[in-house]
Amino acid sequence: MSARASALRLEGVHKSFGSFEVLRGVDLDVSEHEVVCLIGASGSGKSTLLRCVNLLERIDAGTILLNGEEITRRDVDVNAVRRRVGIVFQAFNLFPHMTVLRNVTLATTHVLHKSRAEAEAEATALLERFGLADKRGEYPDRLSGGQQQRVAIVRALAMQPELMLLDEVTSALDPELVAEVLSVIRELAEAGMTMVIATHEMSFARDTANRVCFLDAGRILEQGSAEEIFTHPREPRTQQFLERIIAAGRL
Amino acid sequence: MSADAETGRGDRRSRILGDLRGARNIGIAVTSTVVFFAIVAIVVVNSAGWPEVRKAFFDRKLFDSSFPEVGHAFLLNIRIFCIAEALILVFALAIAVLRGLPGPVLFPFRLLAVLYTDLFRGIPTILVIYILGFGAPALQLSGVPRSPLFWGVTALVLVYSAYVAEVYRAGIESVHPSQEAAARSLGLSRAQTLRHVIVPQAVRRVIPPLLNDFIGLQKDSALVALIGPIEAFRQSQIDVAATFNYTPYVATALLFILLTIPLARLTDWLIARDRRRQSAGATR
Ligand SMILES: Nc1ncnc2c1ncn2[C@@H]1O[C@H](COP(=O)(O)OP(=O)(O)OP(=O)(O)O)[C@@H](O)[C@H]1O
Ligand SMILES: [Mg+2]
Repeated sequence: MSARASALRLEGVHKSFGSFEVLRGVDLDVSEHEVVCLIGASGSGKSTLLRCVNLLERIDAGTILLNGEEITRRDVDVNAVRRRVGIVFQAFNLFPHMTVLRNVTLATTHVLHKSRAEAEAEATALLERFGLADKRGEYPDRLSGGQQQRVAIVRALAMQPELMLLDEVTSALDPELVAEVLSVIRELAEAGMTMVIATHEMSFARDTANRVCFLDAGRILEQGSAEEIFTHPREPRTQQFLERIIAAGRL
Repeated sequence: MSADAETGRGDRRSRILGDLRGARNIGIAVTSTVVFFAIVAIVVVNSAGWPEVRKAFFDRKLFDSSFPEVGHAFLLNIRIFCIAEALILVFALAIAVLRGLPGPVLFPFRLLAVLYTDLFRGIPTILVIYILGFGAPALQLSGVPRSPLFWGVTALVLVYSAYVAEVYRAGIESVHPSQEAAARSLGLSRAQTLRHVIVPQAVRRVIPPLLNDFIGLQKDSALVALIGPIEAFRQSQIDVAATFNYTPYVATALLFILLTIPLARLTDWLIARDRRRQSAGATR
Protein backbone atom coordinates (compact mmCIF):
# COMPACT_ATOMS: atom_id res chain seq x y z
CA MET A 1 0.00 0.00 0.00
CA SER A 2 2.44 2.58 1.23
CA ALA A 3 6.21 2.66 1.15
CA ARG A 4 6.27 4.29 4.58
CA ALA A 5 6.95 2.25 7.71
CA SER A 6 3.99 0.63 9.41
CA ALA A 7 3.01 2.40 12.63
CA LEU A 8 0.17 0.10 13.57
CA ARG A 9 -0.82 -3.26 12.25
CA LEU A 10 -3.79 -5.39 13.26
CA GLU A 11 -3.95 -9.00 12.08
CA GLY A 12 -7.10 -11.06 12.53
CA VAL A 13 -8.13 -9.34 15.74
CA HIS A 14 -11.05 -10.97 17.54
CA LYS A 15 -12.76 -9.66 20.66
CA SER A 16 -15.85 -10.96 22.44
CA PHE A 17 -17.79 -9.75 25.42
CA GLY A 18 -19.23 -12.93 26.86
CA SER A 19 -20.79 -14.80 23.96
CA PHE A 20 -21.12 -11.64 21.86
CA GLU A 21 -18.33 -11.29 19.29
CA VAL A 22 -17.72 -7.58 18.75
CA LEU A 23 -14.60 -7.78 16.57
CA ARG A 24 -14.62 -10.66 14.11
CA GLY A 25 -11.24 -10.65 12.46
CA VAL A 26 -10.06 -7.09 11.90
CA ASP A 27 -7.04 -6.47 9.67
CA LEU A 28 -5.72 -2.95 9.46
CA ASP A 29 -2.42 -1.38 8.52
CA VAL A 30 -1.67 2.22 9.41
CA SER A 31 1.58 3.74 8.21
CA GLU A 32 3.51 6.53 9.89
CA HIS A 33 1.94 9.99 9.57
CA GLU A 34 -1.23 8.49 8.20
CA VAL A 35 -4.68 9.56 9.37
CA VAL A 36 -7.23 6.75 9.25
CA CYS A 37 -10.89 7.37 9.95
CA LEU A 38 -13.12 4.57 11.18
CA ILE A 39 -16.76 4.95 10.27
CA GLY A 40 -19.62 2.60 10.90
CA ALA A 41 -22.95 2.23 12.62
CA SER A 42 -23.34 2.47 16.35
CA GLY A 43 -22.29 -0.85 17.87
CA SER A 44 -20.12 -1.86 14.94
CA GLY A 45 -17.09 -2.03 17.24
CA LYS A 46 -15.20 1.24 16.64
CA SER A 47 -14.64 2.03 20.32
CA THR A 48 -13.77 -1.56 21.10
CA LEU A 49 -11.18 -1.58 18.32
CA LEU A 50 -9.48 1.54 19.68
CA ARG A 51 -9.60 0.27 23.26
CA CYS A 52 -7.95 -2.96 22.13
CA VAL A 53 -5.09 -1.05 20.50
CA ASN A 54 -4.54 0.81 23.77
CA LEU A 55 -4.74 -2.52 25.65
CA LEU A 56 -7.69 -1.28 27.70
CA GLU A 57 -9.31 -4.47 26.42
CA ARG A 58 -7.49 -7.75 25.96
CA ILE A 59 -8.05 -9.34 22.56
CA ASP A 60 -9.07 -12.98 22.23
CA ALA A 61 -7.22 -13.79 19.03
CA GLY A 62 -4.95 -12.15 16.47
CA THR A 63 -2.02 -9.81 16.90
CA ILE A 64 -1.47 -6.08 17.14
CA LEU A 65 1.90 -4.59 16.24
CA LEU A 66 3.05 -1.12 17.18
CA ASN A 67 5.95 0.03 15.01
CA GLY A 68 6.64 -3.60 14.20
CA GLU A 69 6.62 -4.73 17.81
CA GLU A 70 3.95 -7.13 18.99
CA ILE A 71 2.04 -5.57 21.87
CA THR A 72 -0.52 -8.31 22.39
CA ARG A 73 1.89 -10.87 23.79
CA ARG A 74 1.05 -11.92 27.33
CA ASP A 75 4.40 -10.79 28.77
CA VAL A 76 4.28 -7.27 27.36
CA ASP A 77 4.41 -4.32 29.77
CA VAL A 78 1.00 -2.73 29.21
CA ASN A 79 1.96 0.52 30.91
CA ALA A 80 4.94 0.88 28.60
CA VAL A 81 2.70 0.36 25.56
CA ARG A 82 0.11 2.85 26.77
CA ARG A 83 2.83 5.47 27.17
CA ARG A 84 3.37 5.25 23.43
CA VAL A 85 -0.30 5.30 22.42
CA GLY A 86 -2.50 8.27 23.27
CA ILE A 87 -6.27 7.90 23.44
CA VAL A 88 -8.96 10.57 23.71
CA PHE A 89 -12.47 9.58 24.73
CA GLN A 90 -15.89 10.81 23.71
CA ALA A 91 -16.67 11.87 27.31
CA PHE A 92 -13.32 13.70 27.84
CA ASN A 93 -12.69 11.82 31.13
CA LEU A 94 -10.64 14.64 32.60
CA PHE A 95 -9.78 14.26 36.27
CA PRO A 96 -12.31 16.57 37.95
CA HIS A 97 -10.32 17.05 41.14
CA MET A 98 -7.26 18.40 39.36
CA THR A 99 -6.56 21.67 37.59
CA VAL A 100 -6.08 21.68 33.85
CA LEU A 101 -2.32 21.92 34.33
CA ARG A 102 -2.26 18.98 36.75
CA ASN A 103 -4.42 16.92 34.40
CA VAL A 104 -1.76 17.39 31.74
CA THR A 105 1.29 16.88 33.96
CA LEU A 106 0.04 13.93 36.04
CA ALA A 107 1.35 11.29 33.66
CA THR A 108 4.42 13.18 32.48
CA THR A 109 5.63 13.53 36.07
CA HIS A 110 4.61 10.11 37.38
CA VAL A 111 5.05 7.94 34.30
CA LEU A 112 7.79 9.71 32.33
CA HIS A 113 9.38 10.94 35.59
CA LYS A 114 9.95 14.45 34.33
CA SER A 115 10.61 17.12 36.93
CA ARG A 116 7.62 19.17 37.94
CA ALA A 117 9.14 22.30 36.42
CA GLU A 118 9.93 20.65 33.10
CA ALA A 119 6.51 18.98 32.90
CA GLU A 120 4.72 22.24 33.66
CA ALA A 121 6.74 24.20 31.15
CA GLU A 122 5.95 21.66 28.42
CA ALA A 123 2.30 21.49 29.41
CA THR A 124 2.00 25.26 29.37
CA ALA A 125 3.53 25.42 25.91
CA LEU A 126 1.08 22.80 24.62
CA LEU A 127 -1.90 24.51 26.26
CA GLU A 128 -0.79 27.76 24.68
CA ARG A 129 -0.56 26.13 21.27
CA PHE A 130 -4.19 25.07 21.53
CA GLY A 131 -5.48 28.34 22.93
CA LEU A 132 -5.86 27.17 26.52
CA ALA A 133 -3.05 29.06 28.23
CA ASP A 134 -5.41 31.11 30.39
CA LYS A 135 -7.21 27.97 31.59
CA ARG A 136 -4.25 26.20 33.15
CA GLY A 137 -5.36 26.98 36.69
CA GLU A 138 -9.04 26.14 36.18
CA TYR A 139 -10.83 22.96 37.19
CA PRO A 140 -12.46 20.99 34.34
CA ASP A 141 -16.05 21.76 35.38
CA ARG A 142 -15.39 25.44 34.78
CA LEU A 143 -14.60 24.83 31.10
CA SER A 144 -16.87 24.44 28.09
CA GLY A 145 -17.14 20.99 26.51
CA GLY A 146 -14.93 22.07 23.63
CA GLN A 147 -12.26 23.36 25.99
CA GLN A 148 -12.43 20.19 28.06
CA GLN A 149 -11.96 18.05 25.00
CA ARG A 150 -9.01 20.14 23.87
CA VAL A 151 -7.47 19.69 27.32
CA ALA A 152 -7.99 15.94 26.99
CA ILE A 153 -6.17 16.02 23.64
CA VAL A 154 -3.34 18.04 25.17
CA ARG A 155 -3.15 15.57 28.06
CA ALA A 156 -2.63 12.71 25.63
CA LEU A 157 -0.21 14.71 23.47
CA ALA A 158 1.97 15.62 26.45
CA MET A 159 3.10 11.99 26.54
CA GLN A 160 4.50 12.45 23.01
CA PRO A 161 2.76 9.33 21.75
CA GLU A 162 3.74 7.56 18.55
CA LEU A 163 0.08 7.11 17.75
CA MET A 164 -3.12 8.89 18.72
CA LEU A 165 -6.51 7.19 18.96
CA LEU A 166 -9.54 9.46 18.94
CA ASP A 167 -12.92 7.98 19.80
CA GLU A 168 -15.77 10.19 18.60
CA VAL A 169 -14.21 13.12 20.35
CA THR A 170 -16.88 15.56 19.13
CA SER A 171 -19.99 13.46 19.75
CA ALA A 172 -20.63 14.82 23.24
CA LEU A 173 -20.23 18.45 22.16
CA ASP A 174 -22.78 21.11 21.33
CA PRO A 175 -22.70 21.71 17.56
CA GLU A 176 -21.11 25.16 17.89
CA LEU A 177 -18.18 23.66 19.82
CA VAL A 178 -17.35 20.90 17.33
CA ALA A 179 -15.32 23.11 15.00
CA GLU A 180 -12.74 24.17 17.58
CA VAL A 181 -11.95 20.56 18.41
CA LEU A 182 -11.86 19.44 14.79
CA SER A 183 -9.42 22.22 13.93
CA VAL A 184 -7.10 20.97 16.68
CA ILE A 185 -7.19 17.50 15.14
CA ARG A 186 -6.57 18.92 11.69
CA GLU A 187 -3.54 20.75 13.03
CA LEU A 188 -2.23 17.49 14.48
CA ALA A 189 -2.74 15.77 11.14
CA GLU A 190 -0.80 18.50 9.37
CA ALA A 191 1.99 18.18 11.95
CA GLY A 192 2.31 14.54 10.88
CA MET A 193 0.74 12.78 13.87
CA THR A 194 -0.31 9.21 13.10
CA MET A 195 -3.96 8.92 14.05
CA VAL A 196 -6.83 6.47 14.06
CA ILE A 197 -10.08 8.36 14.44
CA ALA A 198 -13.52 6.90 15.05
CA THR A 199 -15.99 9.54 13.95
CA HIS A 200 -19.48 10.35 12.84
CA GLU A 201 -18.29 13.64 11.30
CA MET A 202 -18.24 12.56 7.67
CA SER A 203 -17.22 15.92 6.23
CA PHE A 204 -14.30 15.99 8.63
CA ALA A 205 -13.32 12.47 7.60
CA ARG A 206 -13.60 13.50 3.97
CA ASP A 207 -11.14 16.36 4.18
CA THR A 208 -8.71 15.06 6.80
CA ALA A 209 -8.44 11.29 6.42
CA ASN A 210 -5.85 9.69 4.17
CA ARG A 211 -7.97 6.60 4.36
CA VAL A 212 -11.49 5.77 5.48
CA CYS A 213 -12.41 2.34 6.83
CA PHE A 214 -16.01 1.22 7.03
CA LEU A 215 -16.52 -1.06 10.00
CA ASP A 216 -19.53 -3.33 9.84
CA ALA A 217 -20.46 -5.98 12.42
CA GLY A 218 -16.91 -6.32 13.69
CA ARG A 219 -15.12 -6.41 10.33
CA ILE A 220 -13.57 -3.80 8.09
CA LEU A 221 -15.87 -4.28 5.17
CA GLU A 222 -14.42 -1.67 2.87
CA GLN A 223 -11.58 0.81 2.90
CA GLY A 224 -10.07 3.37 0.59
CA SER A 225 -9.55 7.06 0.13
CA ALA A 226 -12.31 9.33 1.36
CA GLU A 227 -13.18 10.00 -2.27
CA GLU A 228 -13.62 6.30 -3.02
CA ILE A 229 -15.67 5.50 0.07
CA PHE A 230 -17.93 8.52 0.04
CA THR A 231 -18.59 8.83 -3.67
CA HIS A 232 -18.15 5.30 -5.04
CA PRO A 233 -18.80 2.84 -2.21
CA ARG A 234 -18.63 -0.70 -3.60
CA GLU A 235 -20.35 -2.65 -0.85
CA PRO A 236 -24.13 -2.45 -0.51
CA ARG A 237 -23.80 -2.17 3.30
CA THR A 238 -21.54 0.85 2.92
CA GLN A 239 -24.00 2.41 0.50
CA GLN A 240 -26.85 1.84 2.94
CA PHE A 241 -24.89 3.34 5.81
CA LEU A 242 -23.96 6.42 3.83
CA GLU A 243 -27.54 6.88 2.61
CA ARG A 244 -28.74 6.88 6.21
CA ILE A 245 -26.04 9.40 7.14
CA ILE A 246 -27.05 11.65 4.24
CA ALA A 247 -30.69 11.35 5.24
CA ALA A 248 -29.71 12.42 8.75
CA GLY A 249 -27.97 15.44 7.24
CA ARG A 250 -24.50 14.59 8.47
CA LEU A 251 -22.63 14.55 5.17
CA MET B 1 -37.53 48.53 25.67
CA SER B 2 -40.68 49.13 27.67
CA ALA B 3 -41.09 45.41 28.10
CA ASP B 4 -37.55 45.21 29.49
CA ALA B 5 -38.24 47.99 31.94
CA GLU B 6 -41.38 46.30 33.05
CA THR B 7 -39.85 42.89 33.67
CA GLY B 8 -37.05 44.67 35.52
CA ARG B 9 -39.52 46.34 37.81
CA GLY B 10 -41.43 43.10 38.20
CA ASP B 11 -38.23 41.34 39.28
CA ARG B 12 -37.46 43.98 41.85
CA ARG B 13 -40.96 43.88 43.27
CA SER B 14 -40.93 40.11 43.63
CA ARG B 15 -37.51 40.25 45.29
CA ILE B 16 -38.81 42.67 47.94
CA LEU B 17 -41.89 40.53 48.42
CA GLY B 18 -39.60 37.55 48.83
CA ASP B 19 -37.62 39.41 51.48
CA LEU B 20 -40.79 40.37 53.30
CA ARG B 21 -41.96 36.81 53.15
CA GLY B 22 -38.54 35.70 54.43
CA ALA B 23 -38.70 38.10 57.37
CA ARG B 24 -42.20 36.94 58.21
CA ASN B 25 -41.06 33.31 58.07
CA ILE B 26 -38.25 34.04 60.51
CA GLY B 27 -40.75 35.74 62.81
CA ILE B 28 -43.04 32.72 62.70
CA ALA B 29 -40.14 30.34 63.32
CA VAL B 30 -38.89 32.32 66.32
CA THR B 31 -42.36 32.63 67.85
CA SER B 32 -43.21 28.95 67.45
CA THR B 33 -39.83 27.94 68.90
CA VAL B 34 -40.23 30.18 71.94
CA VAL B 35 -43.79 28.99 72.53
CA PHE B 36 -42.79 25.34 72.17
CA PHE B 37 -39.93 25.50 74.64
CA ALA B 38 -41.95 27.65 77.06
CA ILE B 39 -44.64 24.96 77.15
CA VAL B 40 -42.08 22.22 77.68
CA ALA B 41 -40.43 24.23 80.47
CA ILE B 42 -43.76 24.94 82.18
CA VAL B 43 -44.76 21.28 82.06
CA VAL B 44 -41.41 20.11 83.45
CA VAL B 45 -41.14 22.76 86.17
CA ASN B 46 -44.69 22.16 87.35
CA SER B 47 -44.32 18.39 87.49
CA ALA B 48 -44.58 16.81 90.89
CA GLY B 49 -41.01 15.53 90.95
CA TRP B 50 -39.32 18.64 89.58
CA PRO B 51 -37.91 19.98 92.89
CA GLU B 52 -36.28 16.59 93.51
CA VAL B 53 -34.94 16.30 89.99
CA ARG B 54 -33.60 19.81 90.07
CA LYS B 55 -31.68 19.08 93.23
CA ALA B 56 -30.36 15.74 91.93
CA PHE B 57 -29.36 16.84 88.41
CA PHE B 58 -29.01 20.60 88.29
CA ASP B 59 -27.20 21.56 91.47
CA ARG B 60 -25.38 24.74 90.54
CA LYS B 61 -22.73 24.45 93.24
CA LEU B 62 -21.91 20.86 92.44
CA PHE B 63 -21.82 21.66 88.74
CA ASP B 64 -19.25 24.38 89.34
CA SER B 65 -17.11 22.14 91.48
CA SER B 66 -17.25 19.01 89.30
CA PHE B 67 -17.00 20.71 85.91
CA PRO B 68 -13.22 21.37 86.05
CA GLU B 69 -12.56 17.82 87.19
CA VAL B 70 -14.73 16.24 84.56
CA GLY B 71 -13.37 18.69 82.00
CA HIS B 72 -9.85 17.61 82.81
CA ALA B 73 -10.80 13.96 82.41
CA PHE B 74 -12.46 14.86 79.12
CA LEU B 75 -9.02 15.67 77.75
CA LEU B 76 -8.43 11.91 77.80
CA ASN B 77 -11.55 11.41 75.67
CA ILE B 78 -10.20 13.94 73.21
CA ARG B 79 -6.87 12.15 73.13
CA ILE B 80 -8.57 8.77 72.67
CA PHE B 81 -10.59 9.74 69.67
CA CYS B 82 -7.97 11.94 68.05
CA ILE B 83 -5.53 9.03 68.03
CA ALA B 84 -8.28 6.57 67.05
CA GLU B 85 -9.55 8.79 64.22
CA ALA B 86 -6.09 9.21 62.72
CA LEU B 87 -5.48 5.45 62.81
CA ILE B 88 -8.95 4.64 61.47
CA LEU B 89 -8.55 6.96 58.47
CA VAL B 90 -5.46 5.06 57.36
CA PHE B 91 -6.37 1.52 58.40
CA ALA B 92 -9.90 1.63 56.96
CA LEU B 93 -8.60 2.91 53.64
CA ALA B 94 -6.14 0.03 53.50
CA ILE B 95 -8.99 -2.44 54.13
CA ALA B 96 -11.19 -0.81 51.48
CA VAL B 97 -8.40 -0.88 48.88
CA LEU B 98 -7.54 -4.47 49.76
CA ARG B 99 -11.12 -5.46 49.22
CA GLY B 100 -11.16 -3.89 45.76
CA LEU B 101 -8.00 -5.57 44.46
CA PRO B 102 -8.60 -7.67 41.35
CA GLY B 103 -7.29 -11.06 40.33
CA PRO B 104 -7.58 -14.60 41.68
CA VAL B 105 -4.15 -14.51 43.40
CA LEU B 106 -5.36 -11.84 45.79
CA PHE B 107 -8.52 -13.70 46.72
CA PRO B 108 -7.30 -14.54 50.26
CA PHE B 109 -6.77 -10.82 50.96
CA ARG B 110 -10.22 -9.94 49.72
CA LEU B 111 -11.67 -12.72 51.84
CA LEU B 112 -9.79 -11.46 54.87
CA ALA B 113 -11.07 -7.92 54.33
CA VAL B 114 -14.66 -9.17 54.02
CA LEU B 115 -14.36 -11.33 57.14
CA TYR B 116 -12.88 -8.44 59.05
CA THR B 117 -15.65 -5.96 58.20
CA ASP B 118 -18.37 -8.54 58.86
CA LEU B 119 -16.88 -9.56 62.17
CA PHE B 120 -16.28 -6.16 63.67
CA ARG B 121 -19.54 -4.67 62.50
CA GLY B 122 -21.33 -7.65 64.02
CA ILE B 123 -19.92 -7.67 67.56
CA PRO B 124 -21.17 -4.97 69.95
CA THR B 125 -18.43 -2.40 70.55
CA ILE B 126 -18.62 -2.90 74.28
CA LEU B 127 -17.84 -6.61 73.90
CA VAL B 128 -14.81 -5.92 71.71
CA ILE B 129 -13.53 -3.53 74.35
CA TYR B 130 -14.02 -6.07 77.12
CA ILE B 131 -12.51 -8.96 75.19
CA LEU B 132 -9.42 -7.04 74.09
CA GLY B 133 -9.08 -5.01 77.29
CA PHE B 134 -9.15 -8.03 79.58
CA GLY B 135 -8.11 -10.80 77.21
CA ALA B 136 -5.07 -9.41 75.42
CA PRO B 137 -3.10 -8.37 78.53
CA ALA B 138 -3.99 -11.71 80.16
CA LEU B 139 -2.02 -13.52 77.44
CA GLN B 140 1.11 -12.08 79.05
CA LEU B 141 2.99 -12.05 75.78
CA SER B 142 6.23 -10.14 75.96
CA GLY B 143 6.23 -6.97 73.89
CA VAL B 144 2.45 -6.71 73.94
CA PRO B 145 1.33 -3.63 75.87
CA ARG B 146 -0.77 -4.30 78.98
CA SER B 147 -2.25 -0.84 79.31
CA PRO B 148 -6.06 -0.92 79.16
CA LEU B 149 -5.97 2.47 77.44
CA PHE B 150 -3.96 0.94 74.59
CA TRP B 151 -6.40 -1.92 74.18
CA GLY B 152 -9.40 0.36 74.49
CA VAL B 153 -8.16 2.53 71.66
CA THR B 154 -7.28 -0.57 69.64
CA ALA B 155 -10.82 -1.90 70.10
CA LEU B 156 -12.33 1.39 68.92
CA VAL B 157 -10.01 1.46 65.92
CA LEU B 158 -10.92 -2.10 64.96
CA VAL B 159 -14.67 -1.55 65.29
CA TYR B 160 -14.85 1.81 63.61
CA SER B 161 -12.44 0.89 60.82
CA ALA B 162 -14.89 -1.80 59.78
CA TYR B 163 -17.58 0.84 59.31
CA VAL B 164 -15.32 3.43 57.76
CA ALA B 165 -13.86 0.86 55.36
CA GLU B 166 -17.36 0.29 54.00
CA VAL B 167 -17.82 4.05 53.64
CA TYR B 168 -14.56 4.28 51.72
CA ARG B 169 -15.52 1.33 49.56
CA ALA B 170 -18.79 2.96 48.58
CA GLY B 171 -16.80 6.07 47.65
CA ILE B 172 -14.31 4.11 45.57
CA GLU B 173 -17.08 2.31 43.73
CA SER B 174 -18.84 5.60 43.01
CA VAL B 175 -15.91 6.83 40.91
CA HIS B 176 -16.82 6.05 37.30
CA PRO B 177 -14.73 3.34 35.60
CA SER B 178 -13.94 5.79 32.79
CA GLN B 179 -11.72 7.66 35.25
CA GLU B 180 -9.67 4.53 35.72
CA ALA B 181 -9.57 3.95 31.97
CA ALA B 182 -8.34 7.51 31.41
CA ALA B 183 -5.60 7.15 33.99
CA ARG B 184 -4.47 3.72 32.81
CA SER B 185 -4.52 4.87 29.19
CA LEU B 186 -1.87 7.44 30.12
CA GLY B 187 0.40 4.66 31.34
CA LEU B 188 -0.24 5.07 35.06
CA SER B 189 0.02 1.82 36.98
CA ARG B 190 -2.91 0.46 38.95
CA ALA B 191 -1.39 1.73 42.21
CA GLN B 192 -0.72 5.18 40.76
CA THR B 193 -4.28 5.32 39.45
CA LEU B 194 -5.65 4.52 42.88
CA ARG B 195 -3.34 6.97 44.58
CA HIS B 196 -3.83 9.97 42.29
CA VAL B 197 -7.20 9.49 40.61
CA ILE B 198 -9.57 7.11 42.38
CA VAL B 199 -8.91 7.60 46.11
CA PRO B 200 -8.82 11.42 46.10
CA GLN B 201 -12.20 11.55 44.37
CA ALA B 202 -13.64 8.82 46.58
CA VAL B 203 -12.51 10.49 49.81
CA ARG B 204 -13.98 13.82 48.78
CA ARG B 205 -17.34 12.17 48.24
CA VAL B 206 -17.43 10.30 51.56
CA ILE B 207 -16.35 13.07 53.91
CA PRO B 208 -19.92 13.68 55.21
CA PRO B 209 -20.67 10.02 56.12
CA LEU B 210 -17.12 9.76 57.47
CA LEU B 211 -17.69 12.65 59.86
CA ASN B 212 -20.96 11.02 60.85
CA ASP B 213 -19.10 7.91 61.95
CA PHE B 214 -16.64 10.05 63.86
CA ILE B 215 -19.48 11.64 65.85
CA GLY B 216 -20.35 8.09 66.94
CA LEU B 217 -16.72 7.45 67.81
CA GLN B 218 -16.52 10.56 69.99
CA LYS B 219 -19.40 9.29 72.09
CA ASP B 220 -18.05 5.76 72.22
CA SER B 221 -14.76 7.01 73.65
CA ALA B 222 -16.67 6.86 76.96
CA LEU B 223 -16.86 3.06 76.63
CA VAL B 224 -13.12 2.77 77.20
CA ALA B 225 -13.85 3.66 80.84
CA LEU B 226 -15.33 0.19 81.29
CA ILE B 227 -11.87 -1.40 81.34
CA GLY B 228 -10.24 1.15 83.63
CA PRO B 229 -9.01 4.47 82.23
CA ILE B 230 -10.57 7.45 83.94
CA GLU B 231 -12.05 9.59 81.22
CA ALA B 232 -14.87 12.09 81.61
CA PHE B 233 -17.69 9.59 82.07
CA ARG B 234 -15.75 7.54 84.63
CA GLN B 235 -14.73 10.70 86.47
CA SER B 236 -18.34 11.86 86.65
CA GLN B 237 -19.32 8.43 88.04
CA ILE B 238 -16.75 8.88 90.77
CA ASP B 239 -18.08 12.36 91.53
CA VAL B 240 -21.65 11.08 91.58
CA ALA B 241 -20.71 8.28 93.97
CA ALA B 242 -19.04 10.78 96.28
CA THR B 243 -21.94 13.24 96.45
CA PHE B 244 -25.02 11.13 95.75
CA ASN B 245 -25.95 13.76 93.17
CA TYR B 246 -26.22 13.35 89.39
CA THR B 247 -25.14 16.83 88.37
CA PRO B 248 -21.66 15.65 87.21
CA TYR B 249 -23.41 13.48 84.58
CA VAL B 250 -25.09 16.58 83.20
CA ALA B 251 -21.72 18.34 83.11
CA THR B 252 -20.24 15.42 81.13
CA ALA B 253 -23.16 15.32 78.74
CA LEU B 254 -22.66 19.02 78.12
CA LEU B 255 -19.00 18.48 77.25
CA PHE B 256 -19.84 15.76 74.72
CA ILE B 257 -22.52 17.93 73.16
CA LEU B 258 -20.20 20.92 72.91
CA LEU B 259 -17.83 18.76 70.89
CA THR B 260 -20.44 17.01 68.75
CA ILE B 261 -22.45 20.01 67.64
CA PRO B 262 -19.70 21.70 65.62
CA LEU B 263 -18.89 18.41 63.88
CA ALA B 264 -22.58 17.75 63.17
CA ARG B 265 -23.05 21.24 61.73
CA LEU B 266 -19.90 20.85 59.64
CA THR B 267 -21.25 17.56 58.27
CA ASP B 268 -24.60 19.16 57.38
CA TRP B 269 -22.84 22.05 55.74
CA LEU B 270 -20.66 19.74 53.64
CA ILE B 271 -23.69 17.70 52.55
CA ALA B 272 -25.55 20.86 51.57
CA ARG B 273 -22.53 22.13 49.67
CA ASP B 274 -22.23 18.85 47.77
CA ARG B 275 -25.89 18.98 46.86
CA ARG B 276 -25.54 22.56 45.62
CA ARG B 277 -22.53 21.59 43.53
CA GLN B 278 -24.28 18.60 42.02
CA SER B 279 -27.35 20.59 41.01
CA ALA B 280 -25.09 23.31 39.61
CA GLY B 281 -23.30 20.63 37.60
CA ALA B 282 -26.58 19.18 36.37
CA THR B 283 -27.97 22.45 35.08
CA ARG B 284 -24.85 23.55 33.29
N1 LIG C 1 -17.45 -3.77 28.26
C1 LIG C 1 -18.41 -4.28 27.48
N2 LIG C 1 -19.14 -5.32 27.89
C2 LIG C 1 -20.10 -5.87 27.12
N3 LIG C 1 -20.42 -5.42 25.90
C3 LIG C 1 -19.72 -4.37 25.41
C4 LIG C 1 -18.69 -3.73 26.18
N4 LIG C 1 -18.19 -2.74 25.44
C5 LIG C 1 -18.87 -2.73 24.28
N5 LIG C 1 -19.79 -3.71 24.25
C6 LIG C 1 -20.67 -4.02 23.13
O1 LIG C 1 -19.89 -4.15 21.98
C7 LIG C 1 -20.55 -3.60 20.86
C8 LIG C 1 -19.65 -2.64 20.15
O2 LIG C 1 -19.43 -1.55 21.00
P1 LIG C 1 -18.54 -0.31 20.58
O3 LIG C 1 -18.63 0.66 21.70
O4 LIG C 1 -17.20 -0.77 20.17
O5 LIG C 1 -19.33 0.25 19.32
P2 LIG C 1 -19.11 1.59 18.54
O6 LIG C 1 -18.90 1.25 17.12
O7 LIG C 1 -18.05 2.40 19.20
O8 LIG C 1 -20.51 2.29 18.70
P3 LIG C 1 -20.84 3.83 18.92
O9 LIG C 1 -20.84 4.46 17.58
O10 LIG C 1 -22.23 3.79 19.52
O11 LIG C 1 -19.84 4.38 19.86
C9 LIG C 1 -21.83 -2.99 21.37
O12 LIG C 1 -22.89 -3.84 21.07
C10 LIG C 1 -21.63 -2.90 22.85
O13 LIG C 1 -22.85 -3.08 23.52
MG1 LIG D 1 -18.05 4.17 20.36
